[in-house]
Amino acid sequence: MIELAGIHRTFEVGGQPVRALRDVTLRIAGGEYVSIMGASGSGKSTLLNLLGCLDRPSAGSYRFGGEETAAMGELELSNLRRHRIGFVFQFFHLVPRLTAAGNVELPMVFAGVPPAERRERAAQALARVGLTPRAEHRPSQLSGGEQQRVAIARAVVMRPSLLLADEPTGNLDSASGREIVDLIEGMNAEGLTLVVVTHDPLLGVRARRQVRLADGVVVADETAGARGTASGAERGSA
Amino acid sequence: MRFADLFQFAAGGLRGHRLRTSLSVLGVGIGVASVILLTGLGEGAREYVTGEFASLGSNLLILIPGKTETRGLAPLISVAPHDLTLRDVDALRERVPGISRIAPVAFGTATVKVGERGRQVLVVGTTREMLEIRHLQMATGRFLPRDVRDAPLCVIGARVQRELFPGVNPLGQIVRVGEWRFRVIGVIAPRGVSVGMDLDEVVEIPVETALRLFNRSSLFRVLVEVRSHTALPEVERAVIDVLRERHAGQEDVTVLTQNAVLSTFNQILGVLTAALAGIAAISLGVAGLGIMNVMLVSVSERTHEIGLLRAVGATARQVVGVFLVEAVLLSTLGGCVGVLTGLGVGQVLERIYPDFPVHAPAWAILAAIVVSGSVGLLFGMLPARQAARLDPVQALVGRQT
Ligand SMILES: Nc1ncnc2c1ncn2[C@@H]1O[C@H](COP(=O)(O)OP(=O)(O)OP(=O)(O)O)[C@@H](O)[C@H]1O
Ligand SMILES: [Mg+2]
Repeated sequence: MIELAGIHRTFEVGGQPVRALRDVTLRIAGGEYVSIMGASGSGKSTLLNLLGCLDRPSAGSYRFGGEETAAMGELELSNLRRHRIGFVFQFFHLVPRLTAAGNVELPMVFAGVPPAERRERAAQALARVGLTPRAEHRPSQLSGGEQQRVAIARAVVMRPSLLLADEPTGNLDSASGREIVDLIEGMNAEGLTLVVVTHDPLLGVRARRQVRLADGVVVADETAGARGTASGAERGSA
Repeated sequence: MRFADLFQFAAGGLRGHRLRTSLSVLGVGIGVASVILLTGLGEGAREYVTGEFASLGSNLLILIPGKTETRGLAPLISVAPHDLTLRDVDALRERVPGISRIAPVAFGTATVKVGERGRQVLVVGTTREMLEIRHLQMATGRFLPRDVRDAPLCVIGARVQRELFPGVNPLGQIVRVGEWRFRVIGVIAPRGVSVGMDLDEVVEIPVETALRLFNRSSLFRVLVEVRSHTALPEVERAVIDVLRERHAGQEDVTVLTQNAVLSTFNQILGVLTAALAGIAAISLGVAGLGIMNVMLVSVSERTHEIGLLRAVGATARQVVGVFLVEAVLLSTLGGCVGVLTGLGVGQVLERIYPDFPVHAPAWAILAAIVVSGSVGLLFGMLPARQAARLDPVQALVGRQT
């Protein structure tokens, strides 16, 4: 589903190039569970943002579902993010003035889904993360774990095929972190491709496949052989 | 994305900052209210003046001794080698067939006394034709009799009557002007200021008497009523010809027509209205800058939200849309507030000064709303594009470009 080949990402900082990613080549099949680990500044977030089409590589080829993203315009990339990719962030990024349900509806609002259908799908997504009773609460009235669950509901409400999570538990206590991990792993078990960036080795080793970055280079890419690789079908193909 | 959703999302953004929203709405509101009020004042002034002159009647010529190059307005410096006399008036009446009525006017101010009561008033010397030309109504008694040019008679204005004869029937009473004594034969119905002259504050006496009273040889004005409006240019020419002949070949009388006066006033007051509207437009522009500022603050405060919107699939154009709709909503709201305020204050002014209506023209109201919307669009453009240009990744992290 995802094919990175010879990806470089270089930032200019004060005229000096910062090479955040160097010659990264990676294939991720549909339904995989991949964790990306590495020291701070090793390029994990940069890689995830590239995978999510929020950023473009400086060089190299990124094919999503067989299509070359470099050839896509801003509209097509937005469309890809809208329908095929879900994001979960360390800091939740809920819109404070909207209720939980309103936040979950947000992607559908910008996709032009009619209000009645929106409400129904948002309710389903909130039920899936166990937050039905909190649907009308604002983010400030929710705990961190609950906010992250709302964010997960929002990420999957468009039924994407890829879920990207950047330190999803980094801002949570361990109990809430567990719940979040269980939730997204459950979604992976249903076939959703899952890529998680984490500092936490305990979380990292849970993934069937572990990619290790150092200084923008992939230094390890191990699949826990005993449990096998890609299971489950690729979902929501465009 | 459906427009209703865009609208709702943008409105939600505004509701999130009530104080800031209401302040910028107020800013636009003040700008728009001043547009409405100031153009209303300008228009009111124009309507007032043109209404006054229209009350003269459209087939009127006004003769003024002296010739100036000023077109339309009364001459500022009149050099009159020849007097405009009652004999000129008689000659015009005889020789210009298009004239239906002609009223000579002599003017002066004097203290009019009844017993110990005295009052400074405008003394107008004229003939009965004045009554007909100016369509005066009598409250009691009658106007100066026909064909009487020299007699100790007078007709007084309503306020003069009230002050000199409180609770007394003035008819048949005597008023004194210096050594002169006049018998009151009528009171003009209250009418107020008309063409710069307060008809309630006048004492009208026969014209020749007035000339002697003020020791003048020339009339101040001659009002000529023409039989039909179409004959006006022809009569104007004939009048000038007759007077030139009588004044030894000199064209030393200015002839004003109502049209000329009106169009000059219209021009001046049109410029005034435009100037007022310009001043008001500046305040609207300032309000626009206020909106831009508010929107810029909003964009920089909401970078996370913008990044998030991009992450969930909002296109750059949708982000532009969100912020533009917010800005337009803000300014249009201000426009409506301003129109209501402007009209409200206009009503109050009209109640206080009933003579001077503040008439915000319909176009000004419509334009104010449309313009305020456009102000939002214009000044919202920059912040909205700035929002859309944000790099999604950096916006999410909170680093700003
Ligand atoms: N927009 C940017 N401009 C300049 N340098 C950047 C930018 N984004 C990332 N970098 C640099 O690229 C390198 C990789 O950054 P990245 O955020 O991907 O690291 P990370 O592995 O996610 O680190 P952390 O674990 O701290 O989140 C760092 O050296 C960082 O300073
Ligand atoms: Mg990171």
